Amino acid sequence: MDFLLTPDPGLVFWTTISFIALAVLLKKYAWAPILDALQVRSETIEQSLQAAERAKAEVENLVKVRQKMMDEARNERDELLKETRQLKDKILVEARTGATRESDKIINLARIQIQAEKNAAIKELKKQVAELSIDIAGLLIQSELKEDKKQKAIIDKYLENVNFN
Amino acid sequence: MNKFLWILVLSTSIFFSTSYASNDVSNADKAEEAFDPTEMIMHHIADAHVWHIVSWGEGDYQKHIQIPLPIILYDKGKVHFFSYSRFDHDTHIAESKGSYFLYHHGKIYNSDTDGTVEYDHEGHIANSVPIDFSLKRNVWSMWLSIVLILWIFLTVAKSYKNGPAKPKGIQAMMEPIIQFVNDDIVKMQIGEQKAHKFAPYLLTIFFFIWINNMIGLVPFFPGGSNFNGNISVTMVLAVFTFLITNINGSRSYWQHTLVAPGVPFFVKILMIPVEIIGLFTKPFALMIRLLANITAGHIIILSLVSLIFILKSIYIAPVSILLSIIMLVLELLVALLQAYIFTLLSALFIGMAVQEVEH
Repeated sequence: MDFLLTPDPGLVFWTTISFIALAVLLKKYAWAPILDALQVRSETIEQSLQAAERAKAEVENLVKVRQKMMDEARNERDELLKETRQLKDKILVEARTGATRESDKIINLARIQIQAEKNAAIKELKKQVAELSIDIAGLLIQSELKEDKKQKAIIDKYLENVNFN
Repeated sequence: MNKFLWILVLSTSIFFSTSYASNDVSNADKAEEAFDPTEMIMHHIADAHVWHIVSWGEGDYQKHIQIPLPIILYDKGKVHFFSYSRFDHDTHIAESKGSYFLYHHGKIYNSDTDGTVEYDHEGHIANSVPIDFSLKRNVWSMWLSIVLILWIFLTVAKSYKNGPAKPKGIQAMMEPIIQFVNDDIVKMQIGEQKAHKFAPYLLTIFFFIWINNMIGLVPFFPGGSNFNGNISVTMVLAVFTFLITNINGSRSYWQHTLVAPGVPFFVKILMIPVEIIGLFTKPFALMIRLLANITAGHIIILSLVSLIFILKSIYIAPVSILLSIIMLVLELLVALLQAYIFTLLSALFIGMAVQEVEH
């Protein structure tokens, strides 16, 4: 039983040497590279996360910018459409008024011309009617006045109609 | 779960058949020596100059398969180097460079050609002893663990060479443990600034203790050695922690220990010796804790198995095996826990020593 609590110099010696050798070897070839790599990796991960965060923010920004641009474009388009429509209406109105004015002018001219023509025709007609009337009257007078009786009757008739008031 | 049950049944049946066999023999040969569990267990947890693998047979017909280990002795200015097999099978005497050595119950004594043994009045052997540097079982077990540790961690270290990547294989298994020790033990106890200086030592001691404990739990060759249950080993580890703690002790640590500032004089008379004793009790506790826990685990498992042979009943075998399986599982936890505790306390002591306290 005494072996349990009695150190054995041989084992102490070998354990000391072996443990120091193991610690030195591990420190140089295992712990240093592993801990460095872990450190580098955790830094890389942190940086990557930050970069991702920044990229996300940038993307959000871009989305906002795009939205703004789209809104602007839409507004501009609406504006353009509105202007175009107004322009169209204006042109139409102008065209219509122009056309009306023109047609009115033409109609007036035509009317004036027609009036003139009509007046001329009436004058002509009057002239002709007068001539015809004279002719007819001449003829009538010739035929009527062949008999004296008749001449007398006519004179009477005229005289009857004449009012001497 | 099914697999576990099958293993249980299988191992139970194997034990049944072997205990049947031993029962038959013991019935046939009543003169057989009674089974002595104490001797068996003590033999098991002690170091040895020979690596025993398996034995069978009874009495004179008993056969052993074992590896004789190299014996290195330093005696009277001479180094003797020979194999254990040089000890005579019957007389246990070996000759080297004109000196004679007697092998008796795991110890080597100076003797003569006849193997004379002198006893003192208490019945202990009074022969002088050479200094025994033999590469005993525990040394080989430790070297096995060192090869294993180097292989594991050099492989792990190699996988980090290609820059940051997703860990895989053995790297993925070890990385969380390394990070746990580094972050939750070393950095937590020592602080971020000084942690890197002590991390290699603490990581080494953690895996050294853990892997050796695990090897000790393997019930067949080349495992089963009670390496961390040996006081020589735990003493070396505790002395390393002691040296590292006190060599790196800060001004305020020594001031606190040796002067105890801000304490009345008559209390100082009490405090200072207590503090100085405390320097030594801390590593001493480390040494005993590890030794006792690991040895106790080995003793319990061996006792449970011995139960079958003590009671000479096959019916106890399932109980015995079930209990030893439970104990083995518990010991797997203890193996890790003791490595953790040793590392944690070492880190704690180092952390307390390197801390610069402003008064």
